[in-house]
Amino acid sequence: MTEMWVNMGPQHPMTHGLWSLRVKINGEIITDAEPMIGYLHRGWEKMMENRDYHQIVPLADRLCYASSLSWSHLYCKTVEDLLELEVPERAQWIRTLTLEIQRIASHLMWLAAIGTDLGSYTMFLLPMREREMFLDLMTDLSGSRMTTNYPRIGGVRNDLPPNWERDTLRVLNLFEKRLREFEALFDECSAFLMRTKGVGKLSGPEAINLGMTGPFMRGCNVDFDLRRDDPYEKYSEVDFRVCTHPDCDSYARYRVRIDEMYESCNIIRQCFQKMKQGPVRVKSPKAVPAGRAFAHVEDPRGEGLMYLISDGSDKPYRLKVRSPIFVIVSGMPAALIGEKVADIPAIMGMADMCLGETDR
Amino acid sequence: MVETTLFSLLHGLALWIGEVAQWLIKVTGIKEIQFIGDWAVTGGPVNFLTILLVCAIFMVAALLVGITCIWQERKVLGRIMDRRGTQVGMLGLFQNFADAIKTLLKELIIPRDADKKLFMWSVTGLIGSSVLLLGLVPWSTRFFVANPELTLLIGLAVFSLAPFFIMIGGWASNNKYSMIGAMRGAAQLIAYEIPILMVVLSIIIMTGSLNFNVIVAFQQTHMWLMFPLFIGFITFFVCGIAESERVPFDLPEAEAELVEGWQTEYGSIQWGLIMMADYLRAYVVSALITVLFLGGWDGPTFLWPEVWYLIKVFFVFFIMIWVRSATVRIRTDQLLKIGWKRLLPLSVVNLGIAVVMKAMGWF
Repeated sequence: MTEMWVNMGPQHPMTHGLWSLRVKINGEIITDAEPMIGYLHRGWEKMMENRDYHQIVPLADRLCYASSLSWSHLYCKTVEDLLELEVPERAQWIRTLTLEIQRIASHLMWLAAIGTDLGSYTMFLLPMREREMFLDLMTDLSGSRMTTNYPRIGGVRNDLPPNWERDTLRVLNLFEKRLREFEALFDECSAFLMRTKGVGKLSGPEAINLGMTGPFMRGCNVDFDLRRDDPYEKYSEVDFRVCTHPDCDSYARYRVRIDEMYESCNIIRQCFQKMKQGPVRVKSPKAVPAGRAFAHVEDPRGEGLMYLISDGSDKPYRLKVRSPIFVIVSGMPAALIGEKVADIPAIMGMADMCLGETDR
Repeated sequence: MVETTLFSLLHGLALWIGEVAQWLIKVTGIKEIQFIGDWAVTGGPVNFLTILLVCAIFMVAALLVGITCIWQERKVLGRIMDRRGTQVGMLGLFQNFADAIKTLLKELIIPRDADKKLFMWSVTGLIGSSVLLLGLVPWSTRFFVANPELTLLIGLAVFSLAPFFIMIGGWASNNKYSMIGAMRGAAQLIAYEIPILMVVLSIIIMTGSLNFNVIVAFQQTHMWLMFPLFIGFITFFVCGIAESERVPFDLPEAEAELVEGWQTEYGSIQWGLIMMADYLRAYVVSALITVLFLGGWDGPTFLWPEVWYLIKVFFVFFIMIWVRSATVRIRTDQLLKIGWKRLLPLSVVNLGIAVVMKAMGWF
């Protein structure tokens, strides 16, 4: 049989968002792959050059609908770096724990997506149901479900609402039980193991070479996590494990994310134990001094980075975003070539695509 | 006492209709057409009319069971996935009818470059062969359409027509996804038919007949074949899921990689018919498992045998829904590997067990 190009996307059930993957197949074997993005381009970076620093915070939420808080946090952190602003301690604790809540919510969305990718609709609906609990927590905190708009330059918008700590701990207790259910649904399902084990192999050095970060890289058995290796906020004061898995395949990436959710619960509990009363926000000036700053954080998907150049006015001269998925997707052909067409969802799903931050 | 079958029940009605026709012709008083009235009450037309009535009643009943299967699937899946399955009407029973109307009202789109005749006819063939299957499985010794000696053989022959129509449909769509899906579908259905035939062969050896009535009568006098042929039962169940293209073997319509497989280009009522055919085939598989392994309409006499039959069919279908909700879709090569390297040897082992049991004279 001759080889042919098949388009997976942009209107294809496999794509989570607007992007396309062209694969060249020989029978069922993939011989070439070419990810194509650009269907969702909004000119986000250019747009930011016409807004003042405080107006950018809500727009930073829009970078990724699945983990909006971590992107607005990253933006605030970049500006704070330039301002050399000291964030109050309580605000740092709150940021740490809300980031972890956001991480769980984002990972649950990935779990739901991988469920539909692999044909298990149960696995789509159940994590979406649990995700709603965390979105409810975010709603209590900030007033909106998805684009939370909670961090501010110099702190966070408001202190924790009354009873929020109690609610969160209840949610965590329930969630850990449910997470074990999900593990039972997937880890004890031999069909799932058949689909993911030994699929999409990518060794650690290869992943590093391609610039991949985040759970995908840790699923390639690279022990690297910005939360531990370049700690920000209060991550240096909490105990947690960086989850890796030696298998370097799709199953390893699944395992890493599930373990990370357990670890996130752990971190949130520690934050509640260690945080103290105090102010949550300091005043920040409207214009920032001329100069350059960059900050990088461990987004649920990998290393998110923002590079800010300021000319001393109240608007950024340039704001560059480095999104983790852009790099991971660019490197995906290495994992795809040689696998079968039916494995594309199992491999691409593990990248946890979010096109908002990729295309910007 | 001769048991009242659906046929003998309706025979009286058909005879009465014939007599009415004869009387109507008589009251016209025209001598030249009197012979038509006399002919209408003879054996031929009355039998023909009876068969038509039997077919109509049986088809409506079987299609209603098919629709109930869809409803059952939505309800059970809803319960497992923690959501409401259907809500329209009492217990959501009217949801299917609402969906059918919605499907009917959609525009029928045929791709410009498709082979239009084959594109249309493959659906007709698929739904035709699936509906034909309905008439072959009896509900009891009194509720059936036809009872030829080789029903099982005819049933399996009709069942195995599907890959042909799938291949035609996928090829005629002129679409890469359809073509790949069709090839997968054909490979899957052909691979899984062989273990099914081997298992059926063991049943033929045990019961000595291809007739469903005899097979069930054998189980009533001895024991349900599920127990001696347990390996065959499991093999048949797995193959049945694959033959009706359900999760985890729904590869021909794997939406994540192939959009909708061979049915990508089908919309509107054609899609509705394909889906209906899928469920009818799932129902037929459940019915075959019931009749071949679970004693068919065998059960305590406080309920009608038809009710026992339906209970068992729905129970088997419930297990299929359960499997669907709990597993993920597997890959083509894995599917074929399971088919050829696991299920085929198992079915041969099952055949050996049946032969040994028969040769030792235990049955």
